[in-house]
Amino acid sequence: MSSVTGERAADLRGFREVQTLAYECAEAVAAQLKPGVTEREAARMQRRWLRERGVRDWFHLPFAWFGDRTAFVNFRIPLQFFPTDRRLEPGMPFILDMAPVHKGYTADIGYSGCLGPSPLYDKLMADLEAHRELILREVRERRSLREIYEDVDRLMVRQGYANRHRAYPFGVIAHKVDRVKERRWSPHVFGFGTQALKGLAADALHGHRDGWSPLWSPYRFSDHPPQPGLWAVEPHLGFRGTGAKFEEILVVTDSRDPEESAFWLDDDLPHVRRWAEEKCR
Amino acid sequence: MSEGEEVKASVGPAVARERRVRADGVELCVAELGDPQQPTVLLVHGYPDSKEVWSEVAAHLAERFHVVLYDVRGHGGSTAPRPLRGGFTLEKLTDDFLAVVDAVSPDRPVHLVGHDWGSVQGWEFVTVERTEGRIASFTSMSGPSLDHLGHWIKRRTKFPTPRRLGQLLNQGVRSWYIYALHTPGLPEFAWRGPLGKRWPGIVQRAEKLSPSGGYPSRSLPEDAAHGVWLYRDNVRPRLAEPRDDAYAHAPVQLITPLGDAFLSERLYDELEQWAPRLIRRTLPAKHWIPRTRPHQLAAWITEFVTSTDGGRPAPTAATGKYADRFGGQLVLVTGAAGGIGRATAFAFAEAGARVIAVDRDAEGAARTAELSRLIGAPEAWAETVDVSDEQAMEKLSEKVAAEYGVVDVLVNNAGIGLSGSFLETTPEDWRKVLDANLWGVIHGCRLFGRQMAERGQGGHIVNTASAAAYLPSRTLPAYSTSKAAVLMLSECLRAELAGKGIGVSAICPGIVNTNITSTARFTGVDAAEEKRRQRNAARLYGLRNYPPEKVADAILRAVVRNQAVVPVTPEARGGHLMSRFTPRALRAFARLEPRL
Repeated sequence: MSSVTGERAADLRGFREVQTLAYECAEAVAAQLKPGVTEREAARMQRRWLRERGVRDWFHLPFAWFGDRTAFVNFRIPLQFFPTDRRLEPGMPFILDMAPVHKGYTADIGYSGCLGPSPLYDKLMADLEAHRELILREVRERRSLREIYEDVDRLMVRQGYANRHRAYPFGVIAHKVDRVKERRWSPHVFGFGTQALKGLAADALHGHRDGWSPLWSPYRFSDHPPQPGLWAVEPHLGFRGTGAKFEEILVVTDSRDPEESAFWLDDDLPHVRRWAEEKCR
Repeated sequence: MSEGEEVKASVGPAVARERRVRADGVELCVAELGDPQQPTVLLVHGYPDSKEVWSEVAAHLAERFHVVLYDVRGHGGSTAPRPLRGGFTLEKLTDDFLAVVDAVSPDRPVHLVGHDWGSVQGWEFVTVERTEGRIASFTSMSGPSLDHLGHWIKRRTKFPTPRRLGQLLNQGVRSWYIYALHTPGLPEFAWRGPLGKRWPGIVQRAEKLSPSGGYPSRSLPEDAAHGVWLYRDNVRPRLAEPRDDAYAHAPVQLITPLGDAFLSERLYDELEQWAPRLIRRTLPAKHWIPRTRPHQLAAWITEFVTSTDGGRPAPTAATGKYADRFGGQLVLVTGAAGGIGRATAFAFAEAGARVIAVDRDAEGAARTAELSRLIGAPEAWAETVDVSDEQAMEKLSEKVAAEYGVVDVLVNNAGIGLSGSFLETTPEDWRKVLDANLWGVIHGCRLFGRQMAERGQGGHIVNTASAAAYLPSRTLPAYSTSKAAVLMLSECLRAELAGKGIGVSAICPGIVNTNITSTARFTGVDAAEEKRRQRNAARLYGLRNYPPEKVADAILRAVVRNQAVVPVTPEARGGHLMSRFTPRALRAFARLEPRL
């Protein structure tokens, strides 16, 4: 038993390290963003920063969204998620989203920011905190994923916002991530790493047999209690052309102890620190 | 130049300090109101008017600013140049302006406001070099720059397209009076004779003005006869050879009345090129807005002057689609804690309106107000009121009038859902649905509509009816009845208030993804079944997924265009057509019982 916990602790450490690395990358790139930078350039900056630090494979390649693209305004087809030549302007919100694989561990993070002060963006970010708490609480209660999804939805409506994670493929608020085998050649299709996709597909197949899904969606296939494993959770708020999200890994275990049964992989993240600072003020 | 003795005179209700200023061969009658320490706002009247046209605007502005008005040479209390010919050129009018500014505000630039010919002069003042540094801002209404107009005409005659020729023809027809004024002798005769006598009645009828003391002033026949030379001395020379350097050196606010019979809106299409720091405003009114919309003008002038005083850059206007129309207006939305009401409040907030969010859900209303402030509303408040409660609504209307002012746009949106067959609907159910859906609208229209009508400066009422108002069904008898009543009430009210410049629109949204389904009551079933039906209805509405934001857009559009009945979703529009042309088919559909 102790060897299993030891192995798990080492695994979690690996995931935590790559998540920290990804958030460091987001903060480093965000600090370099200035008026005139395009989404493509921002995505390239993330890619280069991570490659320099040993990242060779991706769950998905880095995305960058500026301005009203942070709220996915008028998004009809998935190709619109890819970075464009939209230029950053003062006062514009932006989102950096990347999922590097490092030493076989996957991270998937989302980082929201704004070029210059914006009270509206601050409000959206502050309101995301309630979602982080709600998701953890209800996962610990072992509510069905679909119900949790609907509760998040309701909270967003009450807050006055639109649910924008609905725009993601399958409308997912979260998806499972796992270890990925390191190969010398790891191609990607439509921005997604094939190794990671393979893992997701295997999960989907197993899950289909056992009645669960690695995609946390509003649909019937998500009508099951949380499945142990690592979930990259990404609630995404949208409000009239401004969007904000965070994305980080939620660890779900089969422990009976509620505290142990689900927890955020890391609490030392930019958005969590931001909320703590606001409370101190 | 010398200043005459100070005398007290009255301009409208306020008491003004009057003095005489001498400038190049004439003596100008200048009136001042308010505290001279405050920023100076200088109001210039048009033709055929005198400074009395500003009486109400000036009285409002005097609470905040040092307000100065003067009679243009040859008008009101100012003397006329001798000879008249050549005495009214824009150069001489600029001399007058500078003389007045030297007298009333020698060391600080003034905020200039002009209407009609006052605005034509204002454009000259704000674009010539010798006034640079003397003008802090310029608010223009119903008077284009003759130089800009000259270029506007040239561009359209040199590069004609059907559209440009149409614009040219349109303005050419509106300008008939200008040609008439160029006839020698005749206009003077008409003004001093029959036209001068009839003019007050003509303006009152055309603009729906109530006869008020002091306007038009008794000097009108002489003013109008002299003022003819404004046209004769300037129009032809300037249009033939417009200046190429007529760029504004101060921020400009352009207020365009949409019902102006004399000026086409298209005249201002290329204005950004001449006035880079431009803010546009539009008003659904006719030509004499200083008389018909003094509150709105005073509010916009106050906002513009405050934001540009001390050489600050012109404020960035709200970004919404209809910011020119709703900027600074007071909008009250009921049922604003969610769904269509909240989306409507946000849409008005984006257009720069001041928003009052009313709902019985205090938290939701507060949230709507808070977010409204973040997206462009200069001010927003939440009020917790149940619209079906007569006393609470009366209290609300008193509070709004006392603290926020008269509502410009009222959106009676609050409503509840009720489903179930007629025979299973209890009197209590009926009372609830009629209280909220019908009485709520009646109270809103009664209380706030009266305030609008009494103010006499226009406004708009929007009532949220429903596609159910014209689609019979066996599942929604009570709801449909209440909404049909709202629809008819809106149509009747529209007829009654049209004469007061108040528009009334009924919105029939159709199936929109809002919270109404999960709070709706289902009669004749137990609680568990009701819950199940609510969930299923919510799911169906979610699948239809028509966003409330689109309904909000339709509401703003309905106000701008003053539409009577607006079905919004495609099914609402289709149903509306069917109710007119194939009512029997609708009756057949009504017999079907949908399963939820």
